[in-house]
Amino acid sequence: MFDKEKWQEIFSSLKNNKMRTTLTVFGVFWGIFMLIIMLGLGMGFKNMIQEGFGDFATNSLLIWPQQTTKAYKGFPRNRRYMFTNEDVQIIKEKFPEIEFIAPKLRAFGSEGANNATRGTKTGAFSVEGTFPEYNLIDPSKITSGRFVNNVDIKEYKKVAVIGKHVKDVLFDKDENPIGEYIKINGIYFKVVGVLTKGASNISLGSDKDRSIVIPLTTFQKVYNRGNEVGFCAVTAVKEANIALVQQKINTFLRSRHSIAPDDEQAVGGFNLAKEFKKIFKMITGIGILIWIVGTATLLAGVIGVSNIMLVVVKERTKEIGIQRALGATPFKIMNNIITEAIFLTASSGYMGIVLGVGVIELIKMIANSTGSDNPFFTHAGVNLNVALMALFILVIFGVFAGFIPAKRAISIKPIDALRDE
Amino acid sequence: MIELKGLHKSYITGNNKLHVLKGLDLTIEQGELVSIMGSSGSGKSTLLNVLGILDSYDKGHYKLNNTLMSNLTEKKAAHYRNNMIGFVFQSFNLISFKNAMENVALPLYYQGVSRKKRNKIALEYLDRMGLKNWADHMPNELSGGQKQRVAIARSMISKPKVILADEPTGALDSTTSLEVMDLFREINKEGITIIIVTHEKDISERTNRIIYLKDGIIESEFISPRKISETVGTYRN
Repeated sequence: MFDKEKWQEIFSSLKNNKMRTTLTVFGVFWGIFMLIIMLGLGMGFKNMIQEGFGDFATNSLLIWPQQTTKAYKGFPRNRRYMFTNEDVQIIKEKFPEIEFIAPKLRAFGSEGANNATRGTKTGAFSVEGTFPEYNLIDPSKITSGRFVNNVDIKEYKKVAVIGKHVKDVLFDKDENPIGEYIKINGIYFKVVGVLTKGASNISLGSDKDRSIVIPLTTFQKVYNRGNEVGFCAVTAVKEANIALVQQKINTFLRSRHSIAPDDEQAVGGFNLAKEFKKIFKMITGIGILIWIVGTATLLAGVIGVSNIMLVVVKERTKEIGIQRALGATPFKIMNNIITEAIFLTASSGYMGIVLGVGVIELIKMIANSTGSDNPFFTHAGVNLNVALMALFILVIFGVFAGFIPAKRAISIKPIDALRDE
Repeated sequence: MIELKGLHKSYITGNNKLHVLKGLDLTIEQGELVSIMGSSGSGKSTLLNVLGILDSYDKGHYKLNNTLMSNLTEKKAAHYRNNMIGFVFQSFNLISFKNAMENVALPLYYQGVSRKKRNKIALEYLDRMGLKNWADHMPNELSGGQKQRVAIARSMISKPKVILADEPTGALDSTTSLEVMDLFREINKEGITIIIVTHEKDISERTNRIIYLKDGIIESEFISPRKISETVGTYRN
């Protein structure tokens, strides 16, 4: 490997054709440079998506009542119905696969009218009734105080957890809202906590910062909703198949609410696990695409190297003839040419990798210094394994690039090589 | 030392078959200084290539140092060329990016001799050629005669049994040609067999045995006048 005679030969041929060498290696350089840039931004994209999911329970499911689409048991089609507290209770007990089930009801300030007031301050917010479990499925960040708890539910407590924005509107800047009272649709609620959006960017319906969360049972009484429930968030235990759980719950709900067993539309549902899977599949797909496109670009560069090596062999025919007359074995000749090809691809590729990583780091630095919170840029990056992998591929490609020219070189008989004047 | 028996060699180009060597018999003993002459197309270069294991033959046999040279793998051929044969060419065939010393040392490189050692030996051989001060020069900085002397040093460095020279003076002026021939004679005195292909009469007359080739066979063979006078001179003394 570190054989001066060999490197002398390689460098002499490269030096004699500086322009040609430069143009040739540029193909490889550009190929790997693009691959690294794409991989780096691909990583940023993946990080962006993953961060977007945050701590949202990934094996979760949302269900809600819709209109029936089939007449059944004397009921007409297009019938509206609601889930009930009992449904939730039974589902929780009946299906051991379910980890949490959290029902929710929601009311808005009617037609944009203000529904929450405190003294002279007033605003229009989304009011939600829910269970404590809800915060385990779609977590909010509790900045002070607490979330709704089981005692609140049981005792129909008039307590409220308010969003960050709600607090800003209803309270002065340095005022502590905990323990204070606010009026929601004419009824006084005691503020027990302040929440803001959690780590997840997933938003189910309303903006958390602009909502007021109260116990579901209180909500049902205040808004006169009896035992009705709007939609339910469900998480399954880790091992459970969430799609199967969804099917079981739907079947159960259809039979309870006298819905035709084949009326798939009656129970609305959104399988988050499925959506997550789809997105992860897409990310993987993009990753594969990057590798295919990148490797193909690289291959084009490597073919350029292979081509130029053929020219080199042709130019050096006589030299090769002399070397063989002096006793160089075919192996030695092949070795030289393949080493030269590897050297060309690996060195230019290495420059491409270094520059590619440099550009990615620069993008990150600029994004961070300008205070961008877009993880697409701030969390772009190439990990070492990928860079090493790329380098490894380059060496393999280098061997291929050198192989055909090397074969050509040793297929020339020394006598023909010497005669070639 | 060299034994050729009924050697045939043809070249096939497309549909044409060119029969070059037609049953050649030749024996050359260790330490001889032989020239092979003949007009172009007589087969002298082909013969040299066969002798140098640069080319194969079709029929007959070729023994070099009592070893039959046939059906050799390229690796084996390279080994024999490296150890038993030194080449000197008309166009010198020095490697352009290596200096004189490195060129001379090249055969030892293929034997796996360390760089330091082979360069030291190369320097000794260059010294013998009177080129020690030119060791660091690249081939394009040397005159024709100097280049050929570097080539001769290169052919000798692996201590071969035989040196094959293909028109070694073809690219040199007459004074330099004679110098090169004197050099060959000197080397020959050390016991190395030398075979020179040439078409110049005064070159061949400086060898000891002259072989004339015509149409792929040996037409005639002489002891050179010089050899005769040398021999007679020895008797006189």
